[in-house]
Amino acid sequence: MTIAALGGQGGGVVTDWLVLAARKAGYFVQATSVPGVAQRTGATIYYLEFFARADAGEGREPVMALMPNPGDVDIVVASEWMEAGRAINRGLVTPERTTLIASTHRDYTIGEKMALGEGRASSRELFEIATAHAAKLIGFDMVKVADASGGRISAVILGSIAGANVLPWGIEEYHHAIKQSGLGVEASLASFEAGRQASIDAKAKPLTAAAWPSDHGSIDPSDYTLEAVPTRLRARIVDQFPASMRDLLGMGAARLSDYQDDAYTATFLDRIEEILGVDAAKLSDPRLTVSTARALALWMSFEDVMRVAQLKTRSGRIERIRREVRANPGDLVNVREFVKPRVEEICGTLPAGLGVRLMASAAARRMLARCTAGRRISTSTVSGFLLLRCISALRRFRRGTLRFKVENERIEAWLGQIKSIAPRDYDLAVELAECQTLVKGYGDTHERGWSSFSQISELALKLVGDPQSAARLRILREAALSDDNGVQLTRAIAQLAA
Amino acid sequence: MAERSFAKEVQSLRLTEGAEFEGEGILAVTKALLQSGVGYVGGYQGAPVSHLMDVLADASLILSELGVRFESSASEATAAAMLAASVNYPIRGAVTWKSTVGTNVASDALSNLASAGVIGGALIVLGEDYGEGASIMQERTHAFAMKSQMWLLDPRPNLPCIVQAVEQGFELSEASNSPVMLMLRIRACHVVGRFRAKNNRPPPFTLQQAMDHPSRTFEKIILPPSTYAQERAKIEKRWPAAVKFIRERKLNEHFGMDNPSDVGIVLQGGLYNTVLRALERLGLADVFGESQIPLYVLNVTYPLVPEEFTAFAAGKQAILIIEEGQPEFIEQAASLFLRQADVQTRIVGKGPLPMAGEYTGAVVIAGIRQFLSEFGRLPVPAIALVPAALLARNVPVRPSGLCTGCPERPLFASMKLLAREMGPMQISADIGCHSFSTLPPFDLGGTIMGYGLGAAGGASFNVPNPRRALSMMGDGGFWHNGLTSGIGNAVFNRHDGVTIIVDNGYSAATGGQYIPSSSAEIKGRRAKNRIEAAVRGVGVEWVRTLHTYDMKQTMSTLREALLTKFTGPKIVIAQGECQLNRTRREAPAINKRIGDGERVVRQRFGIDAEVCTGDHSCIRLSGCPSLTLKTNPDPLRRDPVAQVDNSCVGCGVCGEVAHAAVLCPSFYRADVIVNPTAWDRVKARLRSAVISLLA
Repeated sequence: MTIAALGGQGGGVVTDWLVLAARKAGYFVQATSVPGVAQRTGATIYYLEFFARADAGEGREPVMALMPNPGDVDIVVASEWMEAGRAINRGLVTPERTTLIASTHRDYTIGEKMALGEGRASSRELFEIATAHAAKLIGFDMVKVADASGGRISAVILGSIAGANVLPWGIEEYHHAIKQSGLGVEASLASFEAGRQASIDAKAKPLTAAAWPSDHGSIDPSDYTLEAVPTRLRARIVDQFPASMRDLLGMGAARLSDYQDDAYTATFLDRIEEILGVDAAKLSDPRLTVSTARALALWMSFEDVMRVAQLKTRSGRIERIRREVRANPGDLVNVREFVKPRVEEICGTLPAGLGVRLMASAAARRMLARCTAGRRISTSTVSGFLLLRCISALRRFRRGTLRFKVENERIEAWLGQIKSIAPRDYDLAVELAECQTLVKGYGDTHERGWSSFSQISELALKLVGDPQSAARLRILREAALSDDNGVQLTRAIAQLAA
Repeated sequence: MAERSFAKEVQSLRLTEGAEFEGEGILAVTKALLQSGVGYVGGYQGAPVSHLMDVLADASLILSELGVRFESSASEATAAAMLAASVNYPIRGAVTWKSTVGTNVASDALSNLASAGVIGGALIVLGEDYGEGASIMQERTHAFAMKSQMWLLDPRPNLPCIVQAVEQGFELSEASNSPVMLMLRIRACHVVGRFRAKNNRPPPFTLQQAMDHPSRTFEKIILPPSTYAQERAKIEKRWPAAVKFIRERKLNEHFGMDNPSDVGIVLQGGLYNTVLRALERLGLADVFGESQIPLYVLNVTYPLVPEEFTAFAAGKQAILIIEEGQPEFIEQAASLFLRQADVQTRIVGKGPLPMAGEYTGAVVIAGIRQFLSEFGRLPVPAIALVPAALLARNVPVRPSGLCTGCPERPLFASMKLLAREMGPMQISADIGCHSFSTLPPFDLGGTIMGYGLGAAGGASFNVPNPRRALSMMGDGGFWHNGLTSGIGNAVFNRHDGVTIIVDNGYSAATGGQYIPSSSAEIKGRRAKNRIEAAVRGVGVEWVRTLHTYDMKQTMSTLREALLTKFTGPKIVIAQGECQLNRTRREAPAINKRIGDGERVVRQRFGIDAEVCTGDHSCIRLSGCPSLTLKTNPDPLRRDPVAQVDNSCVGCGVCGEVAHAAVLCPSFYRADVIVNPTAWDRVKARLRSAVISLLA
């Protein structure tokens, strides 16, 4: 059998346990591994072979292989979902004989994590491939089970092997192994049992693609429903927009009423109404309006200092944090925020006129720069919380701030473009609406995003009428998202020109 | 303190005659050394024999009881030179390291040792780091054996054979007055198995006796005319003696010779299990190693025994030589033997088998099958292999990276930020955990020239230029040779560059072994030798020491080093203790304090999902395993948000990065006060009371 684990998950411990269990059960066992540098967070492979002493006869011993051979492996255990895929890639999982036991949790690789947007490999696609290649697939979230049982994933892995019931010995041998190895026996036994149960259940009730509603995980739009929207506006959403859009608009409206006020939400709905007006597909499938509404709701709730302060002083936040950091009931939790507004952010919160003048004056900027040293504000102290609360309260003056002025102009320009393009090139307009996703983040990240966006939206106008326009714009957008120094985008634009 | 303790396992080194030894290959080698009456042991850690050094260190008590001298050498060259004790005295000595890199470092001493010859058995245990899991360039140790006339053992990879190889290695060495190398592949080092133990033997001739009765002969000195005589002795005496010993003691083995067959297979001992499994899969052997095809197993791959080759090949239509790695030394030699003996048997090797790359099960099966079908041994059942790289698109690569809380992370993040500010830099990287600076997300460093050779690798970039070149070096590499090859060289040649010495207190990448600058009290050794004192000692004038977690200081120090008017080498010592070792030391104490009800503050970082916009720029600057992704809880957003998972150790780099890079305000740090004092509770109650009014 093969165990594919990640550095630090204790694959070596599992191997030792299996060796002890096999010997107890009267089996010859040979185990080996290839850790190498992989011990440092990389993938690690352990390989074991068993042979019944009884079948060997007196004085004869089998010759055991030191590495898995395709078509030769009865059990493949993967302690992480993509490692199951790696094992399949290596040809170790064969439909004739291999039981694949895999944890469905993801431990994202650096490549997936670095992406500027969505870079995660598709867990659902992997599920389909796994079911196709394994004689039997036993999948469950081993990390969850380990946490719930208060033990380590290594013991859960051992339990999952016992539960799969492919190896020719019973629970006693496994227990014997855990006890003999000594350390943290009680916790290990508990997690072993939890893993064994989970494995038995998973065997009884096999995984289905439904486990991955989206490609990667499930989304729960719990706190966003039409109910959260003020009655007056709710009526408007119901009367003036296609039923298919109600939830989306509900989310947007609720978000903006919370962000600013109902008047602001009304502006949002006015804008969407105008888009709907130019949406040729409004009766069938209003893609343009849907894309624009989603993007507009996000853009109109751009993250300025007041917004951040508002979110950081939400009631219930401390409870959420306590859960996240696993504080026990008796523990106290103090929270420190890491905020470092740049001169731009500070000026952004000032009245437009003043902000512009300060930004223009080098002296003023230098002076401001001095007071922008990194701040660690403790929202658990009265003074810290009060400070953020006051900043948050400033949002009633938001419409007057420089940042609002700038963002509002950008939004108007963008909507204007969409409206002008829509009648001539519907798909291009949809793509342009989607481009809002480029403008995100804070500080430099936000500026880089904006520069990509403005370059692309400029080109959009030129593309009108081109039969490939939408596809081309999509290519540009993806290029902009493929690195954070704009090299790919520049290249893509050059190719477009050529 | 090494990453893995063998304190429990080493007790099995005390096993006596007839007892059954169970354990890892590396432990078995140690036991075999003691059974062989070894007098002194040394070596340098490195996968796959790091654990051998750890075992020896943990067994130091048992060793000293037997009167065996153990030393964890400063480098492989030091270890190899140690074997000098076997040149003039009948003392058995053994050393170990990772090959071929370690053998490269040791080869000066090895050449001299091999030329002088030994009278006490000299055994070099090599971890052949080749194939899957290897961390170095892919080369063969075989060439070293050939050039220096040292003998190379490649035993079948099971414990009894490995143990026997150690014992026979010493005898062969003494019978032929030549050093012997015992090579163990990665899996053989880690294989868990059993063998019948023998009693340990104290060295019959001790180092004390040698020091009391010093002996020397001019013939052993590496000076002409002795060197000419020594070369002749190699050819006329030692080599024939070795071949004679190998033949008479039957070190190489034959299997399945009774089966009439016009084809046969010659293989390196280390590949025996893989080949047997292949034959079994092809229906040509049973699980107990009964092969229908005659096998000639080379447990000694150098020197080869011409008579054995010709005898095995005679009367056969063809033989397949299964020899891993390149070039095909054995195949070439065999061709010569057969030609000279005018044996017309075809020799097949590279062709059905690939010239490069590891001989995995699938490769060997395919190779044997092709060979047999070419020479009419069909039908051989085809084995349906699942086409690999089926879903390469779906399975992202998982490169090694720095551990959670690694102190090198803030250093590389600082360098990446600095590169944004000052433009890309010429960086020469080195070997160690810090090699990961060359991987995403940092992508810093253009070359790695060898352990401790980071600064030397940047030596050429010493021409007048406004932009200075950078080089990196670990503390392990520094003490291994970097102090002289890099720093001393830079001083002597007035190098104007900047060298960063990563000072984490251990030889971390190889498993956290101690080095001269480790801060611990180590029995029998003297640590706490300061790197700064050493570099000043070789004449460096510009030295700065910084703590990597202070990214502001790190960046300003590096900026200063790159821009200062001072000409000459600029050394930046970047300190931060290896997190793995620190945790291993501190965690138990902290848990105890918590258990005793003491007040403990546990720090952890987190991210406000609503504030995070999913641009992941924090990840591109940190790459911490605990800084990961989760599906965006906001249905309006599509991009996954960053999140800090529960493996976070609160090292603080997230906050530092967020500030240094002016990243984003979504990070928070939670100070969890376990067992709070009464005053803590009062404060907290008052605060939350007021805050709930404000909220």
